[in-house]
Amino acid sequence: MENVSSVGIKDKLTALYRQYAAQISDGMPEAMNRVRETAISQFDALGLPRKGCERYRFTEIMTAFGHAYGYSISKLAATADSQTVFRCAVPDLDTYTIIINNGWIDLKNSTIPANVVATEMADGANKYPELFAAHYNRLAAQKDDTTISLNTAFARSGLFLYIPDNVVVDKPIQIVNVLSGGNPLMVNQRNLIVAGRGSQAKIVICDHTLSNSQFLLNNVTETVLQPNAQLDCYCIQNLNDRSSQIASLLIEQNTDSQLIANTLTLHGGFVRNNVEVLMAGQNAEASIYGLSLPAGHQHIDNFTYVDHAVPNCTSYELYKNVLNDESVGVFSGYVLVRPDAQKTNAQQSNKNICISPSARMYTKPQLEIYADDVKCSHGATVGQLDESALFYMRQRCIGEDEAKMMLMSAFAHEVVRTIRIPILAERYAEMIENRLRGRHAACGDCFMKCEKR
Amino acid sequence: MFALAVSVCIIVIVRNMLTIKDLRASIDGKPILKGINLHINAGEVHAIMGPNGSGKSTLSSVLTGNSRFTVDGGEVTFLGRDLLAMPPEDRARLGLFMSFQYPVEIPGVSMVNFMRAAVNEKRKFNGLPALSAAEYLKLMREKSQLVEIDSRLTSRSVNEGFSGGEKKRNEIFQMAMLEPRLSILDETDSGLDIDALRIVASGVNKLKTPETSSIVITHYQRLLDYIVPDVVHVLYNGQIVKTGGKELALELEEKGYDWIKSEFDNK
Repeated sequence: MENVSSVGIKDKLTALYRQYAAQISDGMPEAMNRVRETAISQFDALGLPRKGCERYRFTEIMTAFGHAYGYSISKLAATADSQTVFRCAVPDLDTYTIIINNGWIDLKNSTIPANVVATEMADGANKYPELFAAHYNRLAAQKDDTTISLNTAFARSGLFLYIPDNVVVDKPIQIVNVLSGGNPLMVNQRNLIVAGRGSQAKIVICDHTLSNSQFLLNNVTETVLQPNAQLDCYCIQNLNDRSSQIASLLIEQNTDSQLIANTLTLHGGFVRNNVEVLMAGQNAEASIYGLSLPAGHQHIDNFTYVDHAVPNCTSYELYKNVLNDESVGVFSGYVLVRPDAQKTNAQQSNKNICISPSARMYTKPQLEIYADDVKCSHGATVGQLDESALFYMRQRCIGEDEAKMMLMSAFAHEVVRTIRIPILAERYAEMIENRLRGRHAACGDCFMKCEKR
Repeated sequence: MFALAVSVCIIVIVRNMLTIKDLRASIDGKPILKGINLHINAGEVHAIMGPNGSGKSTLSSVLTGNSRFTVDGGEVTFLGRDLLAMPPEDRARLGLFMSFQYPVEIPGVSMVNFMRAAVNEKRKFNGLPALSAAEYLKLMREKSQLVEIDSRLTSRSVNEGFSGGEKKRNEIFQMAMLEPRLSILDETDSGLDIDALRIVASGVNKLKTPETSSIVITHYQRLLDYIVPDVVHVLYNGQIVKTGGKELALELEEKGYDWIKSEFDNK
């Protein structure tokens, strides 16, 4: 980390916004522009989150922000070629593909299902003004996190994805999110996903860097599940280890909707994931999973916030970490059960294995329950590989390294088996094994293999 | 004449399965084994009996290479090799198998994958190619029939949610798969009802050949009705204090261990 103060960075970013406010708003919809001033003022007043505050108890966000990054207000000319698209596609996984390069959608190389709307934010706001205005910045504005305010102030690029009512998307939609270029770059990507009534879709989001430059991806995705919608959202995070990523997935679930959110973090020097779910309609179900495999000096922080605002909803959380070397893992799981939210069923579990004595894991379950007829549980463990199992396996001819490998894969399997796309689950298992073996963790024939991470 | 000498020589090598000389071991600085001497030939079944805390399970742990125990002295030769110098996996690959008193549950590792890794690692060690998927499944089917294990058990995670009897049966199944030269059955009878005991014992007997040996560790004579030992040893206070034929087991069953304890303690 360079020697830059948090206040210095805040002033710089605020000044950058003020200087280019006109360009940032240029050509963008009113719904996005009208909230910028409030957002930047909030960012200016509060600054970046400080280590030690409630949301960032164990994480120094300056690790991500304390570097010099370039920033691009307009779409860069360079786009990923179709070869890249082909290579980034998960092998054997038949999907629709949306390519996003440095935050901007590359429609030319994307294949979008006919019955779904997937386009740039500005385009989406023009085509669906009411829908856009109804949902844009509604969830984000309520969040007490200035990385989100910063995103709102600068937001220009990103994906507007609308799955109309009762549309069942026949294949998974893979969103390949690549960062490229030879210079350090900060990308503020803003996405809005609306899953209409009774719609069903599975989304696979792959975050990659195509070069070894230092990137900061500050990504905010607002997601609304309308009544009866079913959405699976699988995120594979695989930036290079010099880069930082803040991914905020803000979700509202309405009546009878079902969500699976699954985050797999392989590479990335600094990763902060905010998965925040608001249970806004009864009988909604959320399953939130996360698996992180940090090694080297990676710092991976998973923050979840589940707000049970109405009765009869179910949330299930399972987060696992396998930590190696000097890496640091954080899990903070906040569950709020509001006074009216009777019959809430909220379960949370965080299990971690430190395979190196110098790896550190911080875990903080936090339940606030104001209703009296609820079922809530939480548990957190930090341990090592089971010595008795290791010995048992070695007594059965299996070498020590291989036995450890099998135990770690088995530990990860509890998260992998929740994936409802079988081919993707197989690829997950492969990527996890590669990562744990210290190999580059990419899907099948990824061309990044030879690149030094 | 020369040819004869060579063949005699080979027989001698093959006859020697395990030789333990003055084996001493401790845990957390506390001595448990205080000079064990034992010799086992190919084809023999040795029973080791003794009261609680005499060191029976420590002996099997030390032989298999459990790092919780410290070897303080002595030597062990297994098939002509220095056993104590090898890591646990090499001891196993060479042909040493232990049926655990408390088989370990390994959630998330399927029996199929576990045994495939085990069988192929052993084959690799012995210079054999890995089994193909078809060969492996055939072997699994044959061996599960041999030891009468429900094929549903082999499709689950290793020992996860198995009853006590199923776990022990699974140990014998693994033994059948790995075809060890020397198997140690560490209190295999504990927690078994009489039917399960009979099935487990019949599995062990089916696997017996003139080239294999077994060490049967038990508290009770009951198991020895089914797995008949050639030699019975009594372990007490970290040493083998008495050795006899199978009738010694009956005598122990009748008189208990107190007479041995008093005989030994008065020395």
